[in-house]
Amino acid sequence: MTPPGFLRRFMGRPTVIAIPYGWLGLFFLVPFLIVLTISLSTADTSLTPPFTPLIDWVDHKALQVVLNLGNYMFLFSDDLYVVAYLNSLKTAAISTFFCLLIGYPMAYAMARADKGIRPILLMMVILPFWTSFLIRIYAWMGILNNNGLLNNLLLWLGVISEPLPLMNTPTAVYIGIVYTYLPFMILPLYSTLEKMDLSLLEAAADLGCRPLRAFWLITLPLSLPGMIAGSMLVFIPVVGEFVVPELLGGPETLMIGNVLWAEFFSNRDWPLASAVAVAMLLLLVAPIMLLQRSQGGSPHARGGH
Amino acid sequence: MHTVKLWASTTALCLGLVGAAFAPAALAQKKVVNVYNWSDYIDPKVLEAFTKETGVKVNYDVYDSQEVLEAKLTAGKSGYDVVGPTAQPFLARQVAAGLYQPLDKSKLKNLGNLDPEILKAMEKADPNNAHAIPWMWGTNGIGYNVGKVKTIAADAPVYSMKMILDPDTVAKFKACGVMVLDAPTDVFPTVLQYLGLPPDSKSLADLDKATDALLKVRPFIRKFHSSEYINGLANGDICVAFGYSGDIIQASTRAAESKRGVTVNYSIPSEGAQLWVDTLAIPKSAPNPDLAHAILDHLMKPSVVAASSDLTGYANGNKASTTLVSDAVRTNPGIYPPAEVRARLFTITPADKEFERARTRAWTRVKTGR
Repeated sequence: MTPPGFLRRFMGRPTVIAIPYGWLGLFFLVPFLIVLTISLSTADTSLTPPFTPLIDWVDHKALQVVLNLGNYMFLFSDDLYVVAYLNSLKTAAISTFFCLLIGYPMAYAMARADKGIRPILLMMVILPFWTSFLIRIYAWMGILNNNGLLNNLLLWLGVISEPLPLMNTPTAVYIGIVYTYLPFMILPLYSTLEKMDLSLLEAAADLGCRPLRAFWLITLPLSLPGMIAGSMLVFIPVVGEFVVPELLGGPETLMIGNVLWAEFFSNRDWPLASAVAVAMLLLLVAPIMLLQRSQGGSPHARGGH
Repeated sequence: MHTVKLWASTTALCLGLVGAAFAPAALAQKKVVNVYNWSDYIDPKVLEAFTKETGVKVNYDVYDSQEVLEAKLTAGKSGYDVVGPTAQPFLARQVAAGLYQPLDKSKLKNLGNLDPEILKAMEKADPNNAHAIPWMWGTNGIGYNVGKVKTIAADAPVYSMKMILDPDTVAKFKACGVMVLDAPTDVFPTVLQYLGLPPDSKSLADLDKATDALLKVRPFIRKFHSSEYINGLANGDICVAFGYSGDIIQASTRAAESKRGVTVNYSIPSEGAQLWVDTLAIPKSAPNPDLAHAILDHLMKPSVVAASSDLTGYANGNKASTTLVSDAVRTNPGIYPPAEVRARLFTITPADKEFERARTRAWTRVKTGR
């Protein structure tokens, strides 16, 4: 084997595959295993860190492994956790629906726009990312407050006589989440719609199909992979969202991210907090795996990007 | 004061867990002392003066909640030389858990400047004041928008917890906006005191009564949050808040500076208020305990403390500095309360794990109704 050939093989396919796997292993799998071990230990605030180690040497001879499943049982002892999970799922589902409702027409308009201005439109969708996410949420606080821009505008126009209570309501949370995650819905939708073969629509028109019906029968089903990819990119992170409900939400906003915070910081119960996190992951991973199986591949593969 | 956002500090915590393992060793040679404290809590000029005097650079890191500091300390080697735990319940349980090293008092020449009354209040948390010195102290009380409250209810009991806990009173301010601290250890004691129960009660029955009292007023509270009320009050977005004295005084200063016609006032509830003391202590794992002692000694110089009191609007635990504090701060009864008000202040002690869990659970119930 000549050195260049060896190098080429070394630098080739296996390396390309190893890098993302290495990345996932180091930054996803290892932290997950650490969280999993903590979730199976027992809380003890007199220790540093505040839980008993899973594996212990007893009298320097016996290796003792104590798996505490109590943390997981505890999640069912109080309906708080189940309610918080369901609330998170509900918030994620509603947010995804609105992202789709707003994002689809936008992506459609972008994909059908003149080729020359498409990059500009695409740029406009991405542009908000150039400002810190936190600052954009603070800007929303300035807009939605009682004494904020929106209320002052409506008062000035005479539409309302008293400020609308928008800030710290579920509505504010939905506005914040939909605003934040909209680009994640638009981008995959745009890339599917843009690649669509328009001659299919011409053929439908030639055969006497009305545009609306053609959209329903051709465009929509063909853009399904983009819709699924976009919905996942929105749904999954929203379930664990913590910042938006914390800043824009009111007292009744109960999401699993906030419960996790309380377990970790207020109760100093790292094992239970870890159990909440692991349960959340399982809750998300299971339906996604099922969905992927039913589709026979990842939505990304089918989406063609 | 507590304005660095939760999110930022949580991220910082995660990074810190990784970073702390490497930082101290690398910094030790350059003579750096690592301080971890509330934001805007020590006048930056004071730290510059320390660097000028000693050649030691000060790394000033900030958090916005005691829970974040505690999580960092309990995670193991934090890499910090000086941290600022609140006496109750944080310093108390952290001293008990052995997270701090005893102070070497021979290196602290300025100890005599400290206020004996505040030291005595701290003794419950730290027996014999062996591990910590007081920094600032304050109360939890009521901040309100003077103009709006007057318009809504001219006879509003602004010096009473009725402003927050009496359903008929607080209902009037709902539309205008009411916010309450998001910290069970800072709210339940005042509610218990208002109900005529012992503020430091560890009885679950008392906790239930306090929870019920809060649930009755919950519909009128826009948000539970430990720092948003500063901007809320200053901008006129909310009318009433239950919060930390210094934060509300800061809101008052900001409101005056912005000249938008908003006046914010702070009042200590006449039923009695929770006194808290923020302290400075040296973690057991501190990489540079000598430098830590040096900066603690510097931070007990009267002029140094007075400058920080002027900056934060908090009273300090340094008696020798009182005359050097600016008149606006020193004569403000919300900051340096008169003796008869001081007599009605109370402190709390740490709870066991079961009560802590019950309290956090009760707090979630207060916030979400579940």
